Amino acid sequence: MKKETMYTESVHLYGRIWVALGIILLLSVPVAISVHYSAWPVWNYVLKGLLGVAPIYWTVGIIEVFTYSPMLGTGGTYLGFVTGNLSNLKVPAALNAMQAAGVKADSEEGEVISTIAIATSSIVTTLIIAVGVLLLGKLKPILESDLLKPCFAYITPALIGALGVVYVSKNWKIAIAPLVFMIVLFIIMPSLASSVGILVPVGVLLTMGVSRLLYKKNLL
Amino acid sequence: MNFSVNDSFLYAVTAVVILFVLAQSVFFLVRAVRRAKQLKISGVVIRRTVISTTLFTAAPALAILISVISLSGFLGLPFPWLRLSVLGALTYELPAATTTANAIGLNLSEYVANAQDFSAIAWVMTLGIIPGIILVLFGLKKIQKGVISLRSGDKKWGTIFMDSLFLGLISAFIGLVFADVTKGTAGWTPVAVAAVSALMMAICGILIKKCHITWLEQYALPLCMLAAMAASIPLANWMGMVG
Repeated sequence: MKKETMYTESVHLYGRIWVALGIILLLSVPVAISVHYSAWPVWNYVLKGLLGVAPIYWTVGIIEVFTYSPMLGTGGTYLGFVTGNLSNLKVPAALNAMQAAGVKADSEEGEVISTIAIATSSIVTTLIIAVGVLLLGKLKPILESDLLKPCFAYITPALIGALGVVYVSKNWKIAIAPLVFMIVLFIIMPSLASSVGILVPVGVLLTMGVSRLLYKKNLL
Repeated sequence: MNFSVNDSFLYAVTAVVILFVLAQSVFFLVRAVRRAKQLKISGVVIRRTVISTTLFTAAPALAILISVISLSGFLGLPFPWLRLSVLGALTYELPAATTTANAIGLNLSEYVANAQDFSAIAWVMTLGIIPGIILVLFGLKKIQKGVISLRSGDKKWGTIFMDSLFLGLISAFIGLVFADVTKGTAGWTPVAVAAVSALMMAICGILIKKCHITWLEQYALPLCMLAAMAASIPLANWMGMVG
């Protein structure tokens, strides 16, 4: 077996073990709370709560696997989906790292650079939150101060402006149609801001359609 | 049994989950670095990737900390800390918690006082996010085979295919930046912040390509992001006032 295939196979093996353990651990949390406090929930409330979020978030969660896994690579997907905060942190971190290192997402070099970025991002996030919680008394007034409020409110535009200019300038022909579509859509329906997760696959499908059309017509 | 949302038991459960996340991250990091060395990726590139990602992660991590703080007034500190360290994101955790709280009839501005209510919220916050990770466990290999077959056979199309994935994601988030522009001048603030960030990146691009400042390549994104965040303070004040 080729060394590359062996590495990918081993990532699948270890990835599945970690994810399976992660799922067991995650499900153990509400079980542990219910058992420790002898307080199993009123299942009717759980059902009502789930009916409010599951139709959207189960759909988004499943679509995210199809959308993000080709970008994150094998190791990055197994790790990123356990550690969470994908669209606001792990995916941009992986894209930035691969772009800066000059490697492609569909290469093995891209696979390892993406995994290094996602692992680093997970460790740093976990440590910052842990230190932040320990120093909460001192940090809370600073983080919630009126002066710093805009900084955290505008993280997404601050990130997407820089990331966008890199990718759009390289592929402007295929970027125009999805960009115009998304900008017009959000201006017409600002309420969609809370459902951006659903619109990512819409953007992906639209961009692929446009790319395929331009490619078939030899315009790329 | 007496219940508190800041009970030491909840901290202990949180500690176990956080140690698991750290252990998994370190495991994947070590293996990826080893493989990178076998692939002859230089130590400089690996080091710069780690430093650049650390810089890039700092600001969003602080935003996640703020999310923990915002949920802590209702759910205490340990449980939001746990939920936002594994699988979650505020965009999901907040609706999951509030929908269940509303179903029970809880006041969101007070701590959950009853263990049974807290348990219901914990179950919803957990079950509502689980299908994606189950699909990763059982379906990732098949999905990847499907993706490979979609782009294989034609190298040029393979590259365009990957670029299309990235641009689909980026176009959705650029659209999001324009969501509030109909609300007056203040609604243009996110657009202005994104423009500052894009302009900074364009300047970095020129410095890298024309002035050959190659080290900047690894740090351009975090630097541009932090600069745009800093610029958002005067921009938000000024545009908010005009609006």
